[in-house]
Amino acid sequence: MIPAEFDYELAESGEHALQLLEQHGDEAKLLAGGHSLLPLMKLRLATPSMLIDIGRLDDMSYISDDGDAIAIGALTRHEVVEGSDVLKEHCAIVAHTAGEIGDRQVRHFGTIGGSLAHGDPASDLPTVMLALDAQVVVRSSSGERTVAANEFFTGLFETALGPTDLLTEIRVPKLTGGWSYQKFHHRAQDWAIVGVAAVQRNGGASVALTNMGEVPLRASGVEQALASGNDAAAAAEEAAENTSPPSDPFGSADYRRALAKVLTRRALQEAMGR
Amino acid sequence: MRRISLTVNGVQHEGMVEPRQLLVYFLREQLGLTGTNVGCDTSTCGACTILVNGNAAKSCTLLAVQADGAEITTIEGLASNGEMHPLQKAFHENHGLQCGYCTPGMIMASLDLIANNDDLNDEDVRIGLEGNLCRCTGYQNIVKSVQQAAGEMRSPAST
Ligand SMILES: Cc1cc2nc3c(=O)[nH]c(=O)nc-3n(C[C@H](O)[C@H](O)[C@H](O)COP(=O)(O)OP(=O)(O)OC[C@H]3O[C@@H](n4cnc5c(N)ncnc54)[C@H](O)[C@@H]3O)c2cc1C
Ligand code: FES
Ligand code: FES
Repeated sequence: MIPAEFDYELAESGEHALQLLEQHGDEAKLLAGGHSLLPLMKLRLATPSMLIDIGRLDDMSYISDDGDAIAIGALTRHEVVEGSDVLKEHCAIVAHTAGEIGDRQVRHFGTIGGSLAHGDPASDLPTVMLALDAQVVVRSSSGERTVAANEFFTGLFETALGPTDLLTEIRVPKLTGGWSYQKFHHRAQDWAIVGVAAVQRNGGASVALTNMGEVPLRASGVEQALASGNDAAAAAEEAAENTSPPSDPFGSADYRRALAKVLTRRALQEAMGR
Repeated sequence: MRRISLTVNGVQHEGMVEPRQLLVYFLREQLGLTGTNVGCDTSTCGACTILVNGNAAKSCTLLAVQADGAEITTIEGLASNGEMHPLQKAFHENHGLQCGYCTPGMIMASLDLIANNDDLNDEDVRIGLEGNLCRCTGYQNIVKSVQQAAGEMRSPAST
């Protein structure tokens, strides 16, 4: 399978990438690791006429301790996130979940920025970002803005990014409480049939769901049930509320609703025990 | 067309490629290195695994232009002076293959796994090779082969 024809430009800096985006607008797509975009282009589900390769912008690959938060450059590969000592110490759920993505080959190329920008509801890191109330830093030629994770994912494969925006950084809070990411898949390398992130924060717990709707979802019913004194098992019963999971060969919507409850219970129990 | 220049198995190559040319087809069709197989062509099976700057990569999911300037190792680069690499030898001796279609990818992925992990138990090998599918062997002998090779590669004196 060969992608449709396109032109190719190698961005030499973030500035250069922004200039190229301004120049080519809607017709262009950024190429980071290419491990979501190229499979779509091979199937001709995506046919951009121009690829702007940001894969060599090494100065956008970093993980740094920034006081209350950890800043992660958009071009940081999953493998680097997985192995980061700073993340393991302060926000281990991010390192752990990056290590659950695909396989070694995929983790060598896929980037955290690409994972978020792609807006795939079956992706793992977006769910974790939602549970963490992470901040996404976006640059365009008109300036920089910060978007909260709960406003970033707007629809199926759609995000708050416009056609001339570059995602530059992700900021995650330092955690002091327990956490868990439960991913259920039928073969080791596969995408989540359902995933659940649970994080103990601010005296309560935040819970978010992978592949239970068109975007990653906060399980607010579960969070409220916990806040009003229910135990993990009782709160987890609310996990499927206000979800609209897909049906596909891996599982029906009903199966996913049942799975979401089981995984939420396991995630809460693990997060509270950690 | 774009000019790219890359090192494959220690040899410098230049080529003119369309941006949409996938790395695996550049290796197979332009350089004639047909040891790297295409199985699924959808990033799933790992048959096309090679090393890009030392990292295992699925070459059906990379553009040749993304590898401009890179150091590439393919299965053809492993044997030296007519001697099989310890991984090749181990797969041969332990029935780590039947039809052999997955084998180049299995070996390249194993090379990356062994190089990056000092100590691997069988479970680590299975998880480390999660991106490589084999339709024939049932994996048992693949794990055995990787373990034998890992042992040999870590104590070169015994060869
Ligand atoms: C076999 C396989 C298994 C996988 N399994 C999983 C899995 O289990 N869980 C999971 O979460 N993911 C999985 N993935 C996806 C993988 O994590 C991708 O690498 C990741 O989702 C996208 O990152 P990328 O750098 O490859 O992005 P690309 O494919 O390069 O880009 C994806 C999209 O994001 C845009 N983009 C990229 N970077 C930026 C940026 N900085 N600013 C603005 N837009 C940007 C691109 O224009 C494109 O539209 C899998 C992929 C494969 C091939
Ligand atoms: S051919 Fe590349 S992963 Fe199957
Ligand atoms: S030996 Fe036939 S696919 Fe692995």
